[in-house]
Amino acid sequence: MSETAEAEPGDLAIATTGLTKRFGQQIAVNGIDLAVPRGAVFGFLGPNGSGKTTTIRVLLGLAAATSGSARLLGHDVPTRLREALPRVGALIEGPAFYPFLSGADNLRRFDAADRHADPATRAERVARALERVGLTHAAKKKARAYSLGMKQRLGIAAALLEPRDLLVLDEPTNGLDPQGTREVRSLIRAVAAEGTTVFVSSHLLAEVEQICTHAAVMHVGSLVAQGSLDELRGTGSRVVRVITPDGDRCVSELAHLGLEVGPSDLAAHRAGDAEVVAPLPDDGPAAEDVVAALVRADVRVRGFDVERPSLEDRFVALTGEGFDVAR
Amino acid sequence: MRGERLLGSELRVLFRRWRTWAMLAALASIPILMAVVVRLSSDPPGPGEGPPFLDQVTNNGMFVAVTALVMTTPLFMPLTIAVVSGDTIAGEASLGTLRYLLVAPAGRVRLLVVKYLTTVVFAVVASGTVLLVGWAIGAALFGTGEATLLSGDTIGVGDAVLRSLLVGAHVTICMIGLAAIGQFISTLTDAGVGAMAAVAVLTIVAQVLGQLDQLAWLHPWLFTHHWLGFADLLRTPIVWTSFTENAALQGAYVAFFGALAYGRFTTKDVLS
Repeated sequence: MSETAEAEPGDLAIATTGLTKRFGQQIAVNGIDLAVPRGAVFGFLGPNGSGKTTTIRVLLGLAAATSGSARLLGHDVPTRLREALPRVGALIEGPAFYPFLSGADNLRRFDAADRHADPATRAERVARALERVGLTHAAKKKARAYSLGMKQRLGIAAALLEPRDLLVLDEPTNGLDPQGTREVRSLIRAVAAEGTTVFVSSHLLAEVEQICTHAAVMHVGSLVAQGSLDELRGTGSRVVRVITPDGDRCVSELAHLGLEVGPSDLAAHRAGDAEVVAPLPDDGPAAEDVVAALVRADVRVRGFDVERPSLEDRFVALTGEGFDVAR
Repeated sequence: MRGERLLGSELRVLFRRWRTWAMLAALASIPILMAVVVRLSSDPPGPGEGPPFLDQVTNNGMFVAVTALVMTTPLFMPLTIAVVSGDTIAGEASLGTLRYLLVAPAGRVRLLVVKYLTTVVFAVVASGTVLLVGWAIGAALFGTGEATLLSGDTIGVGDAVLRSLLVGAHVTICMIGLAAIGQFISTLTDAGVGAMAAVAVLTIVAQVLGQLDQLAWLHPWLFTHHWLGFADLLRTPIVWTSFTENAALQGAYVAFFGALAYGRFTTKDVLS
């Protein structure tokens, strides 16, 4: 049926090379090389204003790239876009509707715009999409009477009118309450379980961290990191954290084991206790052996933990700022 | 290429809006008001009083329809076309639905063509409304006997229907030309209201320029030049010059502004 399967040998749902978009003097997207594997749930992360939505607009052919190239489901953008788009569902910079039409009529309208959609199955597909996002009860209500969260869900329903190979969701949880956010997350999981690649942008890391297999981080128009979540967290960057009243002895024993403790990593914890943090290399001793060695050396251990830095820490390091920073 | 489905959807959206029906109701009110006022006044309008053909209204229902078209063509009718054509692209852009239509994918050229055809359908419906309501109220208040043409000949009901249909066709063709200008302006902005206002202003400016004798060289090129040039359709024999010249001129406007709209819309970054 669709010839998308063999079109891209690298099997990437989205691939860009040096993709750049300028608006006058301002560079919105600066030479990014994005690689989204098929079947991934790909978090496209970055603070507001870092170029995420512009990238999505270029990928979907709404805006022309200034330079660089992009492929969507193996088809060149924008020349072969019309072959890729019917297999792509999208929510771009918030949902948009005809306020004077009902929710169901809005979906019918977007479906009629897709020349590949079969009108014979339209009513059924509209009903199923509404059911999927839990809006069946509001199908006949005018879109202007929808709450922000309902509009967001209707937008997702529009993206799910057809079975898709790729779902692009730009900030899908905007305006949703915690319950709505959970629903969107489980919807994404369900869609991904059917084999659809999901490309979800967000400025809220915590919201997508739990569902993504891969992620990329944008910062001021540039791609500063991308890969699987494990790659991004950095496998070699585990740390041990020891809480002990015997801080100095602990530091020297850890050094004995080959664990470097920086001067700033020894801090007062609570009355009398010190907190010692040391990086634990992958080829270093096993964590349980570290505890055994400490105890043998008469270091009294009140607390012991092996941690990976959270993605959040990693991204703050990459972007030099927290998420949520409006720019 | 399955464009008719999108056209159907487009027409449904247009005629699901209150705005569309309000505009058609306003257009329909013109012949009704005019006919009722003329009927109720004690002395009928003499020749040369008021708008063209007004003195003929009492003769025959046909002239209510024709006179109503004369009264709506300079301002009312083009205003409604300005609203519909100015809204085509800019209205979708300001709602934000344009990006969803394009990624559906509707296809930019297909969307442009379908939007234009929708405006053309509206233009036909708008003139048709004035004609039909004019005929109905004219027939009710003044009867449908024989009508006297401007050349002094008398024609029967069938011929009168035909003549007023021709006048309606002439006005519709004028509005189809305006719709092309309106749609081009609509591709320039994301503000629907701005596009509508620009089209409305343009029709007024063109008509003002048409009044200035110093610009006589320009007049044949103004899209408003032949707007009221349908008197020749009410003579026997019919003189077609004005009708065909107008059709050619409007055709040129459609081609020119259609090409501009195509050039603009197919290369535009949709950022709304």
